[in-house]
Amino acid sequence: MTEPLLAINDLRVAFATPHGLVRAVDGVSLDVRPGECLGVVGESGSGKSVTFAAVMGLIRPPGRIESGSIRFDGRELVGLDRVDYRSLRGRDIAMTLQDALTSLNPALTVGTQITEVLLAHAEDLPSGRHARHREARARAIEMMHLVGIPAAEHRLGDYPHQFSGGMRQRMMIAIALSCRPRLLIADEPTTALDVTIQAQVLELIAGIRATLGMSVALITHDLGVVAEYCDRVAVLYAGQIVESGPTASVIGAPRHPYTAGLLASVPMLSNLDRRIRPIDGQVPGLVDLPPGCRFLPRCPHAAPVCVSTIAMRALEHDRAVRCVR
Amino acid sequence: MTALLEVENLVKHYEVGGGLLPRLLGHKQPRVQAVNGVSLAIRAGETLGLIGESGCGKSTLGRAILRLHEPDSGTIRFAGTDVVGLDAAAMKAMRRRMQIIFQNPYASLNPRKTVADILAAPLRLHGVAAGPALRERVMAMLAAVGLSAEHASRYPHQFSGGQRQRIGIARALILNPEFVVCDEPVSALDVSIQAQIIDLLARLKRDFGLTYLFISHDIAVIGYVSDHVAVMYLGQIVESGPARAVLRAPQHPYTRALMSAVPRIDRARQGEPQIRLHGDLPSPMNPPAGCRFHPRCAFATGICRATPPPLRQLDAMHSVVCHHFPEVMP
Repeated sequence: MTEPLLAINDLRVAFATPHGLVRAVDGVSLDVRPGECLGVVGESGSGKSVTFAAVMGLIRPPGRIESGSIRFDGRELVGLDRVDYRSLRGRDIAMTLQDALTSLNPALTVGTQITEVLLAHAEDLPSGRHARHREARARAIEMMHLVGIPAAEHRLGDYPHQFSGGMRQRMMIAIALSCRPRLLIADEPTTALDVTIQAQVLELIAGIRATLGMSVALITHDLGVVAEYCDRVAVLYAGQIVESGPTASVIGAPRHPYTAGLLASVPMLSNLDRRIRPIDGQVPGLVDLPPGCRFLPRCPHAAPVCVSTIAMRALEHDRAVRCVR
Repeated sequence: MTALLEVENLVKHYEVGGGLLPRLLGHKQPRVQAVNGVSLAIRAGETLGLIGESGCGKSTLGRAILRLHEPDSGTIRFAGTDVVGLDAAAMKAMRRRMQIIFQNPYASLNPRKTVADILAAPLRLHGVAAGPALRERVMAMLAAVGLSAEHASRYPHQFSGGQRQRIGIARALILNPEFVVCDEPVSALDVSIQAQIIDLLARLKRDFGLTYLFISHDIAVIGYVSDHVAVMYLGQIVESGPARAVLRAPQHPYTRALMSAVPRIDRARQGEPQIRLHGDLPSPMNPPAGCRFHPRCAFATGICRATPPPLRQLDAMHSVVCHHFPEVMP
């Protein structure tokens, strides 16, 4: 098998809080392979966003990477100094955040925000100051065209609030893609958007991925989005991966009771007569968790063995599950 | 069965911007046409699902029906009474029978009140119960929404999102209303909790004989909970009918595009022709002439740009507002 582009191994991230140490990411291992789209699914507090904030080097006190390794193209990122990280972020790895309105700077035009990335990272810009800016501007317009922003050359001077929600999300994707990163981390890129706009944005990401040969980590809570746009999926629960594998086989035949519970709890448009079955109880707090399976209190198949530490185990066909069943 | 709620030609516009001086000078203010001539009916014991994207006016419609926003014109008949004409005292009495559950369980509960206070407030306000009887009723309601007696003395911040929504539901139901507007009641919740709340709302509807107007942007949720559905676009209803009929065979080009855009877990739509809408929702301040959907519609012709489309009946229950119905339909 080819080397993964991103390899996270046994990552642990904790936050010191007045209530105790919150282990937000507790032994997460996952790969993003060249050219693939990995879906990362989980509910609030599952650790999906923190995992990728760690990849971007964005964990700040009181948060701390306690142990583990994050290798990008063979290079270790845990402990990388700020200068090296700056040259990596935006150029090789880019991230889009859920809320485009609060992620873009309201006081700068979108043109300034996109050319800033190009001026900082693009290596093949001409050397003269004016020529550099002219080229960065031309590339910014090209990228805005690529993400489907109409009349891009006229909109460079606009501020974020002058764009609609869908257009702001496109703008953030344009900024993330401006230096043609090898890995795009898209954190809930469509959660704030309406379904018709969501479809436009997801197809845009899929199209650009195919054109640029980029890898994508798509963080979402929507299993429908995963089913339609991701090659493989990793399901997180309370800071741990509970199941991973090729999307169609995980969704078609889930092995972890949590994955099965999630699938059973959403209404399906194609089968409205199917009764939905909620998962009882709630996600546990992440302070002082017992060693056993974290899903145990909500699990319909709980057994005595589940109170001991459950490791991820590999199954056939590129699948893995953290369950003894 | 007759309708419990009948809304006819309801209009609600908002004035926006412009500032005080132009207003004093009597200049014409820009107006958002949030709800523009909506008619609907809900029979007792049924759920009408209202689908639409952000900005289509569905929440304004829900609130205007309860007169939380005063409608500009139109009639709202609830159990035979025209609610629009009621004075403050009569409206207050009517509110016991019509309640609302809000979308955001974080913003809609007073953080300084205990759960017991939050639930007792409507009972006190309407003079329904006091003393031990009031406490008994609060406890019974808590139990009905799946919370326990020990929760009564806690504050909203001590609860998870799903539990807070249970408190919001308990507050709406404590006066024993007949009709409840559920305004995106599960949109702010995690997937596994959404199903718990959907189940709870279904059970309460059965136990208390409720009638719901269920507002959501999630078509699968609407399809699951509703007897009838209405699809709203830019302040108007473009299609309505029995839920199964509309969602199995959507007729309006907008309904079809909306359904086509929903990502499917079972990838069931693969092989179906996909309809992609281009562009964003036009501004409700300056909606397109003719059919409001025409700039995004693949079937639009000259008449769509010039004349508002008529309401056409597919059958007794299912209606579509489109010039080209039924000839463009598959």
